Amino acid sequence: MSFLTIRNLSAELKGHGVPLLRRVSLQVAAGEVRGLVGESGAGKSMIGKAILGILPRAVAITGGEILLDGVDLLQLPPAQRRRRIGASAALIPQDPLTALNPSRRIGGQITDRLVDILGWQRARAEARARELLAEVQIAEPERVLRSYPHELSGGMRQRILIASAFAAEPRLIVADEPTTALDVTVQKQILKLIQAMQARHGTALLFVTHDLGVVSKVCQKLSVLYAGMVVEDTEVRPFFAGPKHAYSAALLAATPKYTDPAASLQPVPEAVIEAVRREVADADRRAGHG
Amino acid sequence: MAEPCAELHVVENLHLSLPDMTRKPIFGAAPRIEILRGISFALAKGSVVGIVGGSGSGKSTLGRAMVRLLEPTGGRVLFDGIDITHRGEAGLRPLRRRFQMIFQDPTSSLNPRHRVRTIIAEPLRLHGFADIDARVVRALDQVGLAREMAGRFPHELSGGQRQRVGIARAIALEPDFILADEIVSGLDVSSQAQVLNLLERLVRDLGLTLAFISHDLSVIRRLCSRVIVLRQGAVVEDRPTADLFAAPAAEYTRELLASIPLPDPDQTWG
Repeated sequence: MSFLTIRNLSAELKGHGVPLLRRVSLQVAAGEVRGLVGESGAGKSMIGKAILGILPRAVAITGGEILLDGVDLLQLPPAQRRRRIGASAALIPQDPLTALNPSRRIGGQITDRLVDILGWQRARAEARARELLAEVQIAEPERVLRSYPHELSGGMRQRILIASAFAAEPRLIVADEPTTALDVTVQKQILKLIQAMQARHGTALLFVTHDLGVVSKVCQKLSVLYAGMVVEDTEVRPFFAGPKHAYSAALLAATPKYTDPAASLQPVPEAVIEAVRREVADADRRAGHG
Repeated sequence: MAEPCAELHVVENLHLSLPDMTRKPIFGAAPRIEILRGISFALAKGSVVGIVGGSGSGKSTLGRAMVRLLEPTGGRVLFDGIDITHRGEAGLRPLRRRFQMIFQDPTSSLNPRHRVRTIIAEPLRLHGFADIDARVVRALDQVGLAREMAGRFPHELSGGQRQRVGIARAIALEPDFILADEIVSGLDVSSQAQVLNLLERLVRDLGLTLAFISHDLSVIRRLCSRVIVLRQGAVVEDRPTADLFAAPAAEYTRELLASIPLPDPDQTWG
């Protein structure tokens, strides 16, 4: 049984009826990493936000199930739902600068969550914070806990958010483009760290990214999205050997690969876009007719 | 200089330091940090050169000094044989048309209150061009944007389209040199590929000299014939692209290459 199971999840822009997610289904088991890939606007972050209950107000879920450990979050009353998410899921956000409060020291920002949401004693939370910073390989945890976000580098801030995500031993983590803002050498360190932490804690990890290079390094499974619809759900090895869907194949051919300049960075052909759009429209029609 | 020189843009022992405002005491001057520490190279006319480095390597500062959005604190910048290192704005104005810049973030570098038409026309007007409307249309055609886009506002465009507007604005002035600072890093892979194809074509058709700043060596390999690798404000490697990828000389270049996650599960990514 997968820890996270999403079945036929649909969402739309309130009042406009614009579909944002189209009957999305996917699963992530404990200890597994699933990549969620697609171009901007494909709905990949939206899925992460739906799971964590942090969708923008303008977005309404119109159908489907989000099961966390077998319990459908969408059927729970709001307060209960928030408690359940808070206790078992966490987010590693994209931009470590906006995710941290600039006017507060790091220490409090890690411990608050443990104290407020999980009801830990402050001393226990502080001990845990020190332990976590050591685990994410921060050399001087005491100094860093007393620092403000602007005093730290981008890589360091991202380490703190990783520590913070793992703080309450969540069983599911959603990582939303966690390395997009970092340069390649730091990106590599951070990805290795996320991987090591995930494996050690046996966490289910949903990894949102637009970079298939990153997927091939971090994930075992992946879902390719187009216009809020999953066009391919597969395992990483067969995918990179030869994607099944024409759109995923085009996306792979567009991905930079310096070892193969002739066969990479190819724009997605118009015909492929038209075909996948038709597919989306057909699926909508079928769903409309019930 | 009487004869036009084969080298369009020359940077000699360039130094640049800026005040470090994060360490500024309440009274008194902020300490200065050295961002560029003696950079030299020459860009041949018609060449496409990649400038690569990690964050904080000084690549954007170097670009800004080359088009004189920043004034160097040491060394020289020569554009087509003319020393522009310390020229005042009035002295630069007649030259500005000839070296243009395309910025990383098209959302913040395009005026949100202006339509695409005005965004492209404004610099043309400033530089005293005639038949501006025709030039705007031609620039849109050249970057592959439909003519009706002229009436749109930046927020009505996709990221790739906005970046095309930035390119159109630059090439409308018929410059000799374009500095592109991370112009594809915010785009989806497909738009990224389209913009690279477009740049490739424009460089060929218009005979432009292009300096392309990027943190992504894959993109540079595709577009550039020469690569300059920067680290902590100094050049660590400057070679033809094919040579650099065949056998990177600097330890730092090797580290950069080894860090790139290739879309290939079999890559050893130690």
